[in-house]
Amino acid sequence: MSAAAEERNARAPWALTAPALMLFVGVLLIPLTMTVMLSFHDWGQYKGIEPVFILKNWKEIATDPYYAEMFWRTFRIAILTTLLTAVLGAPEAYILNRMSGRWKSFFLLVILGPLLISVVARTLGWALLFGGNNGLVNKLLMSLGAIRSPIPFMFTETGMVVALAHVMMPFMVLSVWAALQRLDPQIENAAMSLGAGPITIIRRIIMPQIMPGVLSGAIIVFSLSASAFATPAIIGGRRLKVAATLAYDEFLNTLNWPLGAAVATLLLVALVLIVVGSNALIERRYAEVFR
Amino acid sequence: MAYLELDRVAKQFGAQTVVDDFSLAVGKGEFISFLGPSGCGKTTTLQMIAGFLDPTRGAIRLEDKDLTAIHPAKRGLGIVFQSYALFPHMTAAENVAFGLEMRNVPRADKVERVRAALAMVGLAGFEDRHPRRMSGGQQQRVALARALVIKPSVLLLDEPLSNLDAKLREEMQIELRQIQRTIGTTTILVTHDQNEAMSLSDRIVVMSQGKIEQIGTPQETYEKPASAFVSQFLGKTNDFAGTIDRTITPARLVAGSWSAAAPTGLNGAVTVSIRPERIGFSDDGLSAKIITRIFQGNHWLFQCDSECGPAIVIRQNDGTLQPGEGEAVRLTWRPEDMSLRARAGA
Repeated sequence: MSAAAEERNARAPWALTAPALMLFVGVLLIPLTMTVMLSFHDWGQYKGIEPVFILKNWKEIATDPYYAEMFWRTFRIAILTTLLTAVLGAPEAYILNRMSGRWKSFFLLVILGPLLISVVARTLGWALLFGGNNGLVNKLLMSLGAIRSPIPFMFTETGMVVALAHVMMPFMVLSVWAALQRLDPQIENAAMSLGAGPITIIRRIIMPQIMPGVLSGAIIVFSLSASAFATPAIIGGRRLKVAATLAYDEFLNTLNWPLGAAVATLLLVALVLIVVGSNALIERRYAEVFR
Repeated sequence: MAYLELDRVAKQFGAQTVVDDFSLAVGKGEFISFLGPSGCGKTTTLQMIAGFLDPTRGAIRLEDKDLTAIHPAKRGLGIVFQSYALFPHMTAAENVAFGLEMRNVPRADKVERVRAALAMVGLAGFEDRHPRRMSGGQQQRVALARALVIKPSVLLLDEPLSNLDAKLREEMQIELRQIQRTIGTTTILVTHDQNEAMSLSDRIVVMSQGKIEQIGTPQETYEKPASAFVSQFLGKTNDFAGTIDRTITPARLVAGSWSAAAPTGLNGAVTVSIRPERIGFSDDGLSAKIITRIFQGNHWLFQCDSECGPAIVIRQNDGTLQPGEGEAVRLTWRPEDMSLRARAGA
């Protein structure tokens, strides 16, 4: 090969990735850097944003217990949502995987179907069912005399966790489903021939092998729940704020962009640390299953 | 008395009969192979013995007890799967120990038996390896140790060697046979490889389309195939159209220009089946022309065009001069080397 051709080949990968790289830099890297820089700017009711470098916003987040409580609530909701999807989603995927042909594809569609519907519509569905005295389920249960006052759902953490778990379920099911596909189809027969009963097979053979799937599903669900906006905004509203809704309010209602930017940056950094850290832990723990 | 007995076993999936009228008596310590092309029902039969499938009809008995009434987990059979189905999250020792744990074998005894089983398959020192860090042959040995450590009443092997390369497969065949002889476990092997079936088994069950074609020792099935299917599936064979003429005395069997005294029994149109290595070149016999001559080291392979259609001849490379391509030859064989079947039509 001539030197010129070699040079051309060396440049080819860069040339081919340039459009994607430019998009990445233009719509992600630059705005992100600007947001981080914004969090160090000053803001006043009358003077607006001042492009100076101060730690005022960060000090406020660090010292005011309001922010600690709000971040703790965000992660508590995300953790509970993750647990709920794992506890329900893993068995769901396992049962789905054992179904025969036609039923399997039908129920897979049922599980994936909600992904085609907007998160807002799905969350409003929950509000219609449980929203105060007018919620369909609440009305029904009250008229049957099963409950005396409506089940509290709107503006509660429980409500948020339930609605978020519903929205996130497909991600968990798909992730566990993918892990189940990697299982040797004869593995249960092998365990059975060695004398293992159905519960032992699930506990000692299936569970350890789908655990990486459950955990990677958990990472997806956790990070999506912690940064979710639509569901907390509808169910929690202004009363029960989480990081995403707080950042939104700071930006669009208070117009304190620097403080909103600081909240958003902190959420991003915390999520990246948690996700990267748990991913490393999982990969080390399940090295043999991942290979 | 039969140790393991299959009595007119049949399996249907919907309207499709996969195994039909399968009867077999296996003696204690015997090595049996189910041989046949894919889809002949051999794996289905094995799965019915294992209990993963229930027979539609018929009975399976082990030492006169009805095996189909026992849950697969309680049958105490050792099974080696085609994919090995090892537990990837457990080490080799943990894999082997699993069956013993299910039987609540005391710890000290368990450790010793796992060590002995891995040593028997030549994997001493590999106790702490995970299956994915082992070669195909090693995984195969772990699967064998895992099946044997529970001292199974019957060992079932489902195409265990088909994922290994040719050289390793041959080594494992020899080893498998030695292990089976040493511990004397009754063994059933499912395979589509006729060489594997012949070199390993005491008896071969040749199957085709869900039915048994022949049960016999490797030599019987090869030398005296019961059907055209068996003769073609086990090794290469030549089928020539012949006729038995009983109008003359003594009666003659004629195939082209080859003829011999007719055996008793058949009459009229017959198929003469003869193995390629039993045909020799001679001064008289079936006239043929050599189309290709292939040298294969220890033997020569000739493809000929004979007056009764294409013929294959294999001659030992004993140093004598062999005819070349395009030469006209006469093919002959001893009457006792051929097998005869009535020929439909004609």
